[in-house]
Amino acid sequence: MIHWPRWRKRLAVAALHLLAFLLALWACVPFVWMLSASTMPAGEASQFPPRLFPSSPTLAHYSTLLDRLSLARYFLNSLVLAIGVSLASLLVNSMAGYAFSKLAFPGRRPLFTVLLSTMIIPGQVTMLPVFLLLKHLHLLNSYLGIILPGMASVFAVYLVKQYFDALPDSLLEAARLDGAGDWAIYWRIMLPLSRPILATLGLFTFVGTWNDFLWPLIVMTREDMYTLPVALATLMGEHAQDVELMMAGCVLTVLPIVIVFLLLQRHYLRGILIGGLRE
Amino acid sequence: MPALVTLALFFFLPVLAAFLMSLTDFDIYCLADVRRARFVLFGQYIRLLQDPLFWRATLNTAYFVLVGGPLTILLALMASLILNSERLRGARFFRLAVFLPVITNMVAVAVTWRYLYHPHFGLFNFFLRKVGIGPVDWLGDPRFAMPAIILLAIWKNFGYHTLIFLAGLQTIPEDLYSAARLDGASWLQQHLHVTLPLLSRTLGFVTVITGIGYLQLFAEPYVMTQGGPLNATLSLVLYLYQQGFRWWRMGYSASVAFVLFAFMLAIGSASFLRRRRESA
Repeated sequence: MIHWPRWRKRLAVAALHLLAFLLALWACVPFVWMLSASTMPAGEASQFPPRLFPSSPTLAHYSTLLDRLSLARYFLNSLVLAIGVSLASLLVNSMAGYAFSKLAFPGRRPLFTVLLSTMIIPGQVTMLPVFLLLKHLHLLNSYLGIILPGMASVFAVYLVKQYFDALPDSLLEAARLDGAGDWAIYWRIMLPLSRPILATLGLFTFVGTWNDFLWPLIVMTREDMYTLPVALATLMGEHAQDVELMMAGCVLTVLPIVIVFLLLQRHYLRGILIGGLRE
Repeated sequence: MPALVTLALFFFLPVLAAFLMSLTDFDIYCLADVRRARFVLFGQYIRLLQDPLFWRATLNTAYFVLVGGPLTILLALMASLILNSERLRGARFFRLAVFLPVITNMVAVAVTWRYLYHPHFGLFNFFLRKVGIGPVDWLGDPRFAMPAIILLAIWKNFGYHTLIFLAGLQTIPEDLYSAARLDGASWLQQHLHVTLPLLSRTLGFVTVITGIGYLQLFAEPYVMTQGGPLNATLSLVLYLYQQGFRWWRMGYSASVAFVLFAFMLAIGSASFLRRRRESA
């Protein structure tokens, strides 16, 4: 085992690369087909035998989507919601994190424990009453209907609190001596110091909101308020025969997130690792 | 404080309200006027137990969790061993490729896979035919619909688990492997006796989040099959959605939600008890 013959070692390394390549292929082929089919002339993606690449690439389906089916509007809705939820969530949860980490108030510890324990309650349980609440507040079919419930996140509070806990109290005392109030300390000292964790959290929330389906499906019933995933699922019902058109829609839904991810993967992956290895 | 207010408003109260709702016959008439709802105590739950569709949804969801979950974890474990090897060149590229399905949108992915599964022009049947099998009506045949959805879920999720396993693998000190090699352990033995035991905490965590995540199966059947054919892919969350937001039987829907909650709690507490036993 220690002194493997050379050819066996080479064979093992080759097999390793083959396996890795197969894994990557298996993960990427659907995307390749999605992209390729979206540029095929009408009808070509549903031919037999199936084609992997277009005979003469065209962007016609993208322009059809953009002007006839108001995809630009859905895109905007998704963007506003993803940014809105991310910013609101960062602000509100970092404030809560500050309170739990640095402010002494009665019942701080038990309250935090209760908060953490609610993480096990699935979203589906709260969906029905929150829906009724939004209905009574006339917030259905509005951006607020998704931003307000979306910004409260126990996980985010927990994460920010952990981060703030690591910042030394002496820093705060120095600021207090200089006459800074809680708000100034939070806004001018804590937030700038916690930029890395906020970036991670913000990106995480952004991707999560962009990809969310069930809640927007419930809240947004008016067509001009659809998010991309909801619009796509609805289009699927009406345009199932237009394979190329559907694939163009999929590309427009998937591509922005892939680009954002590739640019900022460091932050995003850290979010997963913190989430995955906590305790 | 605003966070606590929103949490209270959109979390604590709703859980309570949802439970109260599951004890009433809240339906479409109550949407206009809440006072029409009447308390039926556990009537909804009793009705649920006698509802064949609910049992169907429960069995389908169990099928998805118990078959799809282990397969996803197994593939991810193997993928992480491959991608963790120091002899692999371009590991960064491979890791990104494997992670691509994770960050993309479930709906777009499900729409795409619907075409990949198409009995006539889908790529799956094309390749199957090349090796002499098929054609298979993946989403139209009740026997194949759930396996098709499981295959999609494995593809979509294994990259996430791979990443967590990779992080876990990195915490295992290299000298343990050198020692094992000196003792003459083969590749398989090294992983059975070194990797697996040291990865057990990560494995436990991944099992729990997979179980809880897979219990919430929704977008895949919603987009690809609408729960069909013959309810073969009707999941608990899809049933909850249909009862609550299509037929507006919200009391009934709330009771489905609490059954789902109970299942999740069972998975969570099972792992909690195990960890307690380990540390005791």
